[in-house]
Amino acid sequence: MGIVTLKVNGIEARVDESWTLLEALRFLGVEIPTLCHHDGLTPYGVCRLCMVEIEENRGTKLVTSCLYPVKEGIAVKTHTDRVVKGRRMLVELMLARCPNSKTLQDLASKMGVENIRFKMKNEDCILCGLCVRLCKEQMMSGAIGFIGRGEKREVVTPFRTRSEICRNCGACMYICPVVELPCRGYNPQGELCNSCLRFVPECVDKYGQIMCYLESCGSCVKKGEKNELVKT
Amino acid sequence: MKKIKNREDLERVRKRIVKKSDPNKPCITISSGTCCRAYGCQKVTKAFITEIEKLGIRDKVEVKTTGCLGFCERGPIVVIYPKGIYYQRVTIEDVSEIVTETILNGKIIDRLLYIDPVSGKKFVNGEEISFYKKQMRVLLKNNWLIDPNKIEDYIINCGYTALSNALFKMTPEQIIDTIKRSGLRGRGGAGFPTGVKWENCRRANGDLKFIVCNADEGDPGAYMDRCILEGNPHSIIEGMIIGAYAIGSHEGYIYVRHEYPLAVKNLKIALNQAREYGLLGNNILNSGFDFNIKISIGGGVFVCGESTALITSIEGKIGEPRAKYIHTVEKGLWNKPTNLNNVETWANIPIIINKGSKWFSAIGTEKSKGTKIFSLVGKINNSGLVEVPMGITLKEIVYEIGGGVLNGKKFKAIQTGGPSGGCIPEKLLGLPVDFEKLKEAGSMMGSGGMIVIDEETCVVDLAKYFLNFILDESCGKCIPCREGTGRLSEIVERITSGKAKIEDLELLEELSHVVKDFSLCGLGQTAPNPVLSTINYFRDEWETHIKNKTCPALVCKELIQYYVDNEKCTGCGVCKNLCPQKAILGELKNPHSIVQDRCISCGICHENCKYNAIILSSPRGKN
Repeated sequence: MGIVTLKVNGIEARVDESWTLLEALRFLGVEIPTLCHHDGLTPYGVCRLCMVEIEENRGTKLVTSCLYPVKEGIAVKTHTDRVVKGRRMLVELMLARCPNSKTLQDLASKMGVENIRFKMKNEDCILCGLCVRLCKEQMMSGAIGFIGRGEKREVVTPFRTRSEICRNCGACMYICPVVELPCRGYNPQGELCNSCLRFVPECVDKYGQIMCYLESCGSCVKKGEKNELVKT
Repeated sequence: MKKIKNREDLERVRKRIVKKSDPNKPCITISSGTCCRAYGCQKVTKAFITEIEKLGIRDKVEVKTTGCLGFCERGPIVVIYPKGIYYQRVTIEDVSEIVTETILNGKIIDRLLYIDPVSGKKFVNGEEISFYKKQMRVLLKNNWLIDPNKIEDYIINCGYTALSNALFKMTPEQIIDTIKRSGLRGRGGAGFPTGVKWENCRRANGDLKFIVCNADEGDPGAYMDRCILEGNPHSIIEGMIIGAYAIGSHEGYIYVRHEYPLAVKNLKIALNQAREYGLLGNNILNSGFDFNIKISIGGGVFVCGESTALITSIEGKIGEPRAKYIHTVEKGLWNKPTNLNNVETWANIPIIINKGSKWFSAIGTEKSKGTKIFSLVGKINNSGLVEVPMGITLKEIVYEIGGGVLNGKKFKAIQTGGPSGGCIPEKLLGLPVDFEKLKEAGSMMGSGGMIVIDEETCVVDLAKYFLNFILDESCGKCIPCREGTGRLSEIVERITSGKAKIEDLELLEELSHVVKDFSLCGLGQTAPNPVLSTINYFRDEWETHIKNKTCPALVCKELIQYYVDNEKCTGCGVCKNLCPQKAILGELKNPHSIVQDRCISCGICHENCKYNAIILSSPRGKN
């Protein structure tokens, strides 16, 4: 097992040479947002959220960290202006397509995306390919796949009929970041929620002894009345 | 045909063919590329044969069909050797006159000669025409002389000498060194040094290696590769065999798009002939080297011109690109080292081996060497394929070779590199054409499309056209390209329909940069180029669309209005009859008028009015 040395946001680090850059960054504790990535599946590199800027011998370039193998001597910058702006725009694009996904709404709040400048579409699928890969790689089935090109691309069973090899295991539903209980924020469906972003935890006032790390445990919300969240 | 056994045998065969052919025998060559076929060159060829048979001079005159001669606008072109008389726009009616007058009596038919639209001069010899004079035809030269279905024609023109030299006189390292020193760069658009690619592929681990020829040319308005595939397929095959020998590969693929049926047909014939002659297959020319080529036909997807998508398509999977962090020269086709080059790159190889790297590197600029074929189309007088040395200025291409803008209109910009490229405005026409300079100007070399636009073209409309093309051809795998180009097109649509605000332009630029930075493959990374380059050079025009809701070029349908000039209108009623919306009212011999609510701005009345009484205006609402 070889070790390579690289620089992450200015700090030198030594990581396993067989890792991808994303694995290395997560190992080092750097938070990189992802949507289409899952530890148990082959990296696909389509959500582009994990892109980081690297400096090699010839200037800087953006690379997809989930696919990029670590190399000796590269300098990685994970949160440059260019990267963060791009990630925000990507979340905006994704949310405009699938506004009812809690995963995406949370990502938006986390990254500070506060308005969507595109027309909302309200689709059911973000085409991240997680279900297709899970079905094929982990469930050893391959009952679903992509058809169509570009905007007409969708995930379906062959010929859109009930697949004979589908075992109804539900793994595709389990892994899907969109088909899940919609976010229970106080905004109507199909819009940007941002409740988490504007959320001022009442715990601190009401329950002084509870340590709240702003992770949405929700206990304060549950106890209070509906739509009681405070806007800052 | 007996197989050619060795190097000496090849020379013997060549001498035998030379002996058989008589250089003074009159030969009628008819250009028969796809464009000339559309003009009906096959009928012309048939007419020539029947005419000659009728006169009983079949054995005295040779009739030959060649590939594309480049001057597509003037097809079908008939060149009569040995004098090289160049007749253009030949129809079946001209055939008997050509045979009796030119072939039998040696007279030149004036009306079929090319007349220069600028100077008014007539040219007998094709080489002297201004369109050809400035060109440096290295790759396209043989298209004039070769019948693509006859390997003998290729062999007589020094064909396969480079192969025999490479196999018997050079080591693979020497070949790679020659290519490296020649400075040849990939002609597919990215411009990666070919020699370096070959070297990396040779060094890559693995016994099984593949050679791929990318003939999936899909840019709108570009057809350079088709011209070589149809007109001179053996040059590609020879280049591929040399490349395979240098890299150590024994299997090659040519990936052709299925929209090029003639190219596929000619390639298949050429491959079979090369196999028959022992120039392809096992133990080529008794050198002990084996190489085979298979043809793989694409399914009509633009993105399959991207190397990784092309490779997955050959493998039989969905043609989608993947990240190239592990290069195809290490893991490509079926995860084996694969060397992929463009048609034009392969066709350059035999020439470099024959003439030497010094000769090749003497042509062109410091970093871009050799010649490049461009397809010069759009609003230009002489449209067709031009082969020019690198470093020639755009001005020379447009005005000297292209003969200037059509109908004397004002030049506005030139779009290079197809949907991935950008617009270059008039002030940058002095720009020398090479990989770096075009990139600096916000465009790119691309595969070599050049579309000239004049003052009557709206740049916003042009950007919209290319965006919609990309949107249609995006594979949809990654989010910035699929969602991003969709939104870009949405915003541009808003702009062309007068519903945009000035913030939309900022959003357009911001999104363009994100799509450029974050897309997975070259298609998405270059998709916003037409938008960004036109905003860069024609910002006024974009802003006028948004602020004044005006289209200065009078193109964007929702921003223009047609009305009748009462003074000019004679009341002939032509427009009234033709209007599909019944939007034109008026009585015979009285000025007509257009009901704006019904008008869909189709422009039929404008096109058909003999008195120029239908006037266009922008913005709407003025009358």
